[in-house]
Amino acid sequence: MGYETPRSNAGTPWVREDRDNHRFKVARRAFIDKDVLELERRAIFDCCWIYVGHESEIPNANDFLTRSVAGRDIVFNRDRAGNVHAFFNICPHRGATVVRERRGNALGFQCFYHGWAFSNTGTFATRIANGNYPDDFGKDKCTDLTAVPRLENYRGLYFLNLDRDAISLADYLADAKRYIDVVMDQTEASMEIVGGTQEYSIRANWKLLVENSFDGYHAATTHSTYFDYLTSTVGSMTQPFGNGTNQSRAVDLGNGHALVEYPAPWGRPIAQWIPAWGDAVKAELDSKFARLAKLYGEDRAHQIAHLNRNIVIFPNLVINDIMALTVRTFYPDEPGFMTVNAWAMAPKDESADLRKWRLYNFLEFLGPGGFATPDDVEALESCQRSYRNHEQAGWNDISKGMMKAAPATDDEEQMRCFWRGWNRRMSQAVTS
Amino acid sequence: MFLAGLESTDVAGRYVMSAALRQSSIALPRADCEDFLYEEAAMLDEWRLDGWIALFAKGAIYEVPAAGAADDVNPASALFYIADDYHRLCQRVERLKKDAAHSEFPRSDGLRLISNVRILGNAKTGTSVGCAFVTYRSKNDVTDIYFGHHRYVLQPSDGAIRIVSKRTLLDMSSLRPQGRVSIIL
Ligand code: FES
Ligand SMILES: [Fe+2]
Repeated sequence: MGYETPRSNAGTPWVREDRDNHRFKVARRAFIDKDVLELERRAIFDCCWIYVGHESEIPNANDFLTRSVAGRDIVFNRDRAGNVHAFFNICPHRGATVVRERRGNALGFQCFYHGWAFSNTGTFATRIANGNYPDDFGKDKCTDLTAVPRLENYRGLYFLNLDRDAISLADYLADAKRYIDVVMDQTEASMEIVGGTQEYSIRANWKLLVENSFDGYHAATTHSTYFDYLTSTVGSMTQPFGNGTNQSRAVDLGNGHALVEYPAPWGRPIAQWIPAWGDAVKAELDSKFARLAKLYGEDRAHQIAHLNRNIVIFPNLVINDIMALTVRTFYPDEPGFMTVNAWAMAPKDESADLRKWRLYNFLEFLGPGGFATPDDVEALESCQRSYRNHEQAGWNDISKGMMKAAPATDDEEQMRCFWRGWNRRMSQAVTS
Repeated sequence: MFLAGLESTDVAGRYVMSAALRQSSIALPRADCEDFLYEEAAMLDEWRLDGWIALFAKGAIYEVPAAGAADDVNPASALFYIADDYHRLCQRVERLKKDAAHSEFPRSDGLRLISNVRILGNAKTGTSVGCAFVTYRSKNDVTDIYFGHHRYVLQPSDGAIRIVSKRTLLDMSSLRPQGRVSIIL
């Protein structure tokens, strides 16, 4: 199935799973220890497929953007033929940052320090007077920009891999591909990233955000004020979360990827209408649903349009298809500090009205000023602070729902999937 | 209810000020605006949120675009941090008053400095006012600093001043390390 098989069954000291007695524990040390982070860099971030960006962010030939990915500075761009590249944003001469703008459109890049210039395919493009360098200088590509070892995409989502020998992105994504398809199949046109990035940070370990991003257990308590707001906006909670039904489930997607899928009371831009959106949007959503049903049948149309899903692509990509569609990635600068980039994604072919409501909906819950995310941040930061007590109170419990044959959204099976993937990769590095 | 009641925006929701609007004669004196903004800042510093929401005209809006965004960025086509119509603005205040608004429970301490208050022009709905701000937020031994400029449309109303719109533009390259806008800036 494309799953990687463990090369070693030895566990790490940080994850304890007891399947017989339905106990799953994670050491709090794993969130605060600098050596653990160093190991994560080597065993995870330097050899997994790490999200770079979406094709729509560089839609035209010669478009470029700069971004930090897996702790590296990356130029993500299209050349004049439209081919997509990713380079390390460091000058081959003596190391200055080559591209210092956030984004733009250019046939080439020039380092401001001594003026070396490069085409947007990365090749050296400067004439230097004879007699300064040997004639064959640069033949070994030492004057070119360094491309990332691997760059592949699945349905417009570009990932890089720092390990030249990694399995293909398609194999790595395993069953996550099927659910990326569910998201991307919202439209027959392509998806695009909407303008405006939420670039923020959290004073907490990155794995706390992994857990939180698909944690159905915390919603009722952490986000009670959001649900108060939602009730004031959509009236009674007509569409509950489906707990206790087969509509609410956690799915292991392989390789540490997992998701939860469930119905929910909020409006969905594809395609669960709420009265605040008005009749024109209702007609648009009705016709979108009818089209989905025609293309995929009622069941899959229902899944695409009415069910919500929070997907974690191991290790650090979250695609949450909820009251809006968000793509979020994060990276640990320190054990207790992560940088977060979050975007809104949307079908290119939706009306201006629906786009407006999509973004309105996004902000009711998501992001630094939403009615929910700041409280998540508070929870994560409070965990991180408390972990300094770990020597006497050392273990997190992630056992909820372990005894169930089919764990639900408000169980913790999805987190266990992540931690198993984490543990396997870390134990390979510990023992190698 | 989206962007309702704002006559100083164009169809796309962008802020515009026509020559005709500029010439209308309902300008508020700068000093009055300055006093008003100081009072608003004090209300927020002291968590007098019921008083604060009462400063807004019915149908008013409150917006915080992403850090570094252009002054005229449009929430109908770009991702903001906050783009509240009047309904959601009232709900934001209701939420912040609850103990279950965890990010602000216990409440953070804060201080807002307002400066460089300028009259930018007259809009049909009121006077366009700009100012610079620095807001400090402190909680759990961590202090964050937010800075940027506010853009208001202020309206005279029965001898008082009401906010028709407030847009907070963060002059920072990102929301790092602040991470959240759980207070009113
Ligand atoms: S460091 Fe770039 S040209 Fe010298
Ligand atoms: Fe949450």
